[in-house]
Amino acid sequence: MAAAAAGRPWVLRAASIAFVLGLWEWGGTVPVSIAFPKCSETLVAFGGMIADGTFAGAYAETAGPLIVGVALTGVGGVLAGLVMGLSPRTEWLGLPVFIVLQASPSAAIVPLITYIYGIGFAAKVFAVVLLSAPVIVLNSYRGIANTPRSLLEMSDAFLASRWKRIWKIVIPAGSGLIFAGLRLGLAQGFTGAVLAELLITPTGVGDLITFYRSVADYPRMFASILSIIVVASVSVTLLQRLELRLFRPEMRPA
Amino acid sequence: MTNRTSPTSEPTMSDGVRDPGGPAVRVVDLAKVFAGGVRALDGVTFDIPRGELTSIIGPSGCGKTTTLKIIAGLVDATSGLVEVDGTPVTEPGPDRAFVFQDFALMPWATVLRNAAFGLELRGVPRKEREETAREYVVKVGLAGFEDAYPHQLSGGMRQRVGLARALAVDAEILLMDEPFASVDEQIRRKFQEDLLRLLSEENKTVIFVTHSIEEAVYVSDQIVIMTRAPSQVSKVVRPGVDRSGGSDHIRRSPAYLDWVERIWAELQGYLET
Repeated sequence: MAAAAAGRPWVLRAASIAFVLGLWEWGGTVPVSIAFPKCSETLVAFGGMIADGTFAGAYAETAGPLIVGVALTGVGGVLAGLVMGLSPRTEWLGLPVFIVLQASPSAAIVPLITYIYGIGFAAKVFAVVLLSAPVIVLNSYRGIANTPRSLLEMSDAFLASRWKRIWKIVIPAGSGLIFAGLRLGLAQGFTGAVLAELLITPTGVGDLITFYRSVADYPRMFASILSIIVVASVSVTLLQRLELRLFRPEMRPA
Repeated sequence: MTNRTSPTSEPTMSDGVRDPGGPAVRVVDLAKVFAGGVRALDGVTFDIPRGELTSIIGPSGCGKTTTLKIIAGLVDATSGLVEVDGTPVTEPGPDRAFVFQDFALMPWATVLRNAAFGLELRGVPRKEREETAREYVVKVGLAGFEDAYPHQLSGGMRQRVGLARALAVDAEILLMDEPFASVDEQIRRKFQEDLLRLLSEENKTVIFVTHSIEEAVYVSDQIVIMTRAPSQVSKVVRPGVDRSGGSDHIRRSPAYLDWVERIWAELQGYLET
């Protein structure tokens, strides 16, 4: 039976989701807290918020800083990781900065952004960049720096130019870690965008959470949180598919 | 490749060979000191005759692969000279192709793309390079596997892709770094025979690093025996084993067995105790 389930991973996934939702439903009926709604109530609120356009309006606001921030770190972060992985001097200069940034409590820094960038769009973009950049840069750097030596020698032996070597060997070889960084960075970017909306100015999805908490509409508050998880998971999965399509055809399911 | 099919002659030992047309590769007084002061090569000198298969054999860590990589232009020598067709080697060139011990295949590329990769790097149009690669994929015995990925192949099959890639660029000199080290004995013997058959059609100069005395005697026209590091050339020998009677006949022939023993006796003196 276990073997049959392993052959159909969607069965296990569905079972896992059903288990968590069941646990949630049970937790809501106990109840764990008056601020902890049942799963079914949350899902009804979720449906209602889709139907009345609440989510559409909120995500239209959140998407701006998120997309700009993630695009900036996606391009800039991978490039920075690439340069650091290829040049020891840049590695020496840049690596400590990003290691410190990754270890720093970014959520605590987010409110300080307002001193420099105020409370507008730029501040939210900066929050997204602050949270997503270290993981993207460091993963890209590791992916590039760990290119198998034999592949580099092979490309030299077969007369690859510097650019062909980077494009045809170094980037595809590092794509696993680069895309792992992008996926984590995207998830961190969502966190940054929502944190900015919670801590800087209440707009978008962050505002939904703040607002429904203030009016004690907990099913809608949890539905807002659930929506972030769903949107982030779908975005990360799409990014994973893009990676398989672009760089790792051998890992595509047959 | 005349020696591969010549009748058995009385085994002789000589100090190198001079081809009337000049050697394909000359290695002169080569030295290599690695960072940290480890001296791998210390005055290595030998010639590689054109159109023949020369094996380099020696104790583990004696610098066989380093010598091969210096000839390929992948590693710089500390001093000394390598000439290919009279031109000093300073970097990899189109006249040399390398077969790697660990295959060095791109896991994200199909057999066909891996085999065509040398041509792809040289800017050969896709259709043309795939046609050439397909021809060599068939020649190395991988027909039907063109669209497979390396992880779907056995070790022996992967090395055949490495060989197809090296043959596809049509370099005069094939540098093979322990190409059969990662495959089991049965596959190794089959591969050795296939290699000899292929090389008899391709007319290449081959430099073949191996740690197997039997393999060196079986496939080589000439064998360069190296001493323990810091290495020098101990002897250059030409077994001249008669290959006309098939694999089993060769491996049981007194000349073959005699050469295996002679080289073993030569190498024994350099083994660490």
